[in-house]
Formats: sequence, structure tokens, C-alpha cells
Amino acid sequence: MDNPMNNKGKLPIRAACLLTACAFIIYGFARGEAGVVLNKAVNICLECIGLG
Amino acid sequence: MIAKIRYAVKRKLLQIIAFGCSNAHVLNFKGGKLYTGKWKQFCNPGLNCYSCPAAGFACPIGALQAVNGSMQFTFSFYVTGLLLAFGVLLGRAVCGWLCPFGLLQELIHKIPSPKLHLKKGFLYLKYIILVVFVLILPVAVTDYMGMGKPAFCQYLCPAGTLEGGLFLLAAHESLRKAVGALFNLKMAILLLTVVGCVFCYRFFCRTLCPLGAIYGLFNKISLYHLEVDSHKCIGCGKCKEACQMEVDPVKTPGSPECIRCGACADICPTGAVCLGFSTKCGKTLP
Ligand code: SF4
Ligand code: SF4
Repeated sequence: MDNPMNNKGKLPIRAACLLTACAFIIYGFARGEAGVVLNKAVNICLECIGLG
Repeated sequence: MIAKIRYAVKRKLLQIIAFGCSNAHVLNFKGGKLYTGKWKQFCNPGLNCYSCPAAGFACPIGALQAVNGSMQFTFSFYVTGLLLAFGVLLGRAVCGWLCPFGLLQELIHKIPSPKLHLKKGFLYLKYIILVVFVLILPVAVTDYMGMGKPAFCQYLCPAGTLEGGLFLLAAHESLRKAVGALFNLKMAILLLTVVGCVFCYRFFCRTLCPLGAIYGLFNKISLYHLEVDSHKCIGCGKCKEACQMEVDPVKTPGSPECIRCGACADICPTGAVCLGFSTKCGKTLP
């Protein structure tokens, strides 16, 4: 049975990924990426609907 | 004693709730408007087109391409961070439990027809789509202002055509007049997806979805995971038979194709298959 790593062994990887995720989200938010997402999402995206 | 609620029931309930939360603005269908509130700066965990009138959040794949292809940025820390967080916490449980387009595909698969197996080679297509259409093209092919287009949305995404395109075109004559070859291509892909899903369980998820490809990469380390207790497993193979994603949970509990649906756990006669954030199947683990 394929259990290459036990749950404890995965903890540091999970923690590192979660910390990186938090840092990325905060940094991206701070430099205004969420505004770009919002701007794209509140207007009809012509590419999404097959016209762009 | 209250009988244990089956994963099939719990999952269907959560899928319906997630579908409703992702698409709460149903009144927007009348008049073909979009929701324009602040919540749309946040991404839905599953695939759900932000040009759907009812959508309350941004689509993560659309958002990733939009930021990567924008004039200001070439890499989105924000969306990558969100995908990393969803991936580490849930892996492809997002697909099995939260994705609106996943639920739609399961409903389509209920249409009576012969059900077919998928050749293994098709499973790799979604990784090529992720790299070429989502990561490379929006950054590499830009206009004179340095802006790239969301190539996956533009050429492939059937969720956009179904949830956004058809409803918005029905509501706006001006949009209908702009229909051309690109729309016909996307309609053909939507049709292929629907027919594929009738015959093959979650055809789009398994062959084309770049978001499923991303979350699948986390299945080996995600907090929500699947374990098989080797002391309880009698090797009957019922779990493998029950898996519609064609995974053998005994051999590959961390398979990138497993959407953590729990069908294997429901059918296991000895209760050897466990799913959860922390499971009681620790004995299999060395
Ligand atoms: S593979 Fe894609 S469409 Fe399928 S459930 Fe996952 S995110 Fe949704
Ligand atoms: S291995 Fe089990 S949980 Fe995973 S997709 Fe198959 S039946 Fe669902």
C-alpha cells in the first residue's frame, strides 16, 4: 500500500505550504492584485463567453 | 443509535450548498446583469465562471490568467497563494465536494447511457492545458500595451460558455450580433464536454480541467486525505470497483485523480477506508 510518508512526516511540508500561501496572499493583496481580479470579475468577460 | 451518514449523502448536500453559495445572485439572470460587489475580488475554490450572472465570486483560473496577463503584473501571488491554501488544506476534495461545475457534470452523467472507461493517456491532457493555456499563453502573447488574453477562457472553457455565454447572449441582442467562429468553437467544446460527461464520469475534470490538475498535485500532502487500514483491508477490491474516477485507493490513496468522494469508504465491508483531516486509520502508516 502506497503510503510514502506518514502524517507526521507531512506536517512540515503542509506548514511550509500554508505559510507560503499566507505570505503570497498578503503580498499579492497589498500590491493591488485583488483589484485586478475584481475589475475583471465585475465586467462581462468577452473571452469567457466566447466573443473575445 | 443513529446510523452513520453515508459520504454519498453528505457530499451531495454540501455540493448543493456550495453550488448555491457560489451562484447566489439568481435575480441577475433577469436582464443578464453581473453581480458587481466587493466579494468578487475573492476566488471560489472550484471552477465557476465570473461572467455567470449569478456568480458571487471570481473564478480562480480566470483570475490567475487575468492578473498574470495584466499590464501591471506577470505573476499573481494573490491567486497562487489562494490555490496553494485550498490545495494544501483540501486537495481534490474541492472537486468532489465544492466545485459547481463538478456537480453539473455528475448530474449530466445520470442520463441513461452505456458508461465507458477513460484511457489513461487522456488524464495527462489537463496538465498540458494548465501549462500552455493558463500559465504560458496569457503572459507570452501580449498586445502593444503588454496585455495578454486569458487563453483557457478564450479557446476552451466550457463553464464560461455554459454559465456565462448562453445566459448573457439570451439576454442581450448586441452580444448575439457579435457571435462568430470563436463562439462556435467554444460551443463545440461545450457539446463535447456534455456528451463526454454522459458516457464518462466527470469527463471534463479528468481530461481538461486545469484547476483539477493543480489540486491533484496536492493530493499526496493535503490535510484532508484518504487512508486505508492494512489490518482491516481484506483485499476484496470492492473499493476499486466502486470508484468512478477509476482509482485504486488501496494502492494509491494519494492519487491525483481521487476527488475524495468517499464512495470507496461507503462500500468497504470492513470500514478499512477512512477520509478526513485526521483519520483513525493510522495503522497502515509506517
Ligand atoms: S476538475 Fe475542475 S471542474 Fe472538475 S471538480 Fe475539479 S475544479 Fe471543478
Ligand atoms: S478512491 Fe475513493 S474517494 Fe477517491 S475518487 Fe475513488 S471512490 Fe472517491
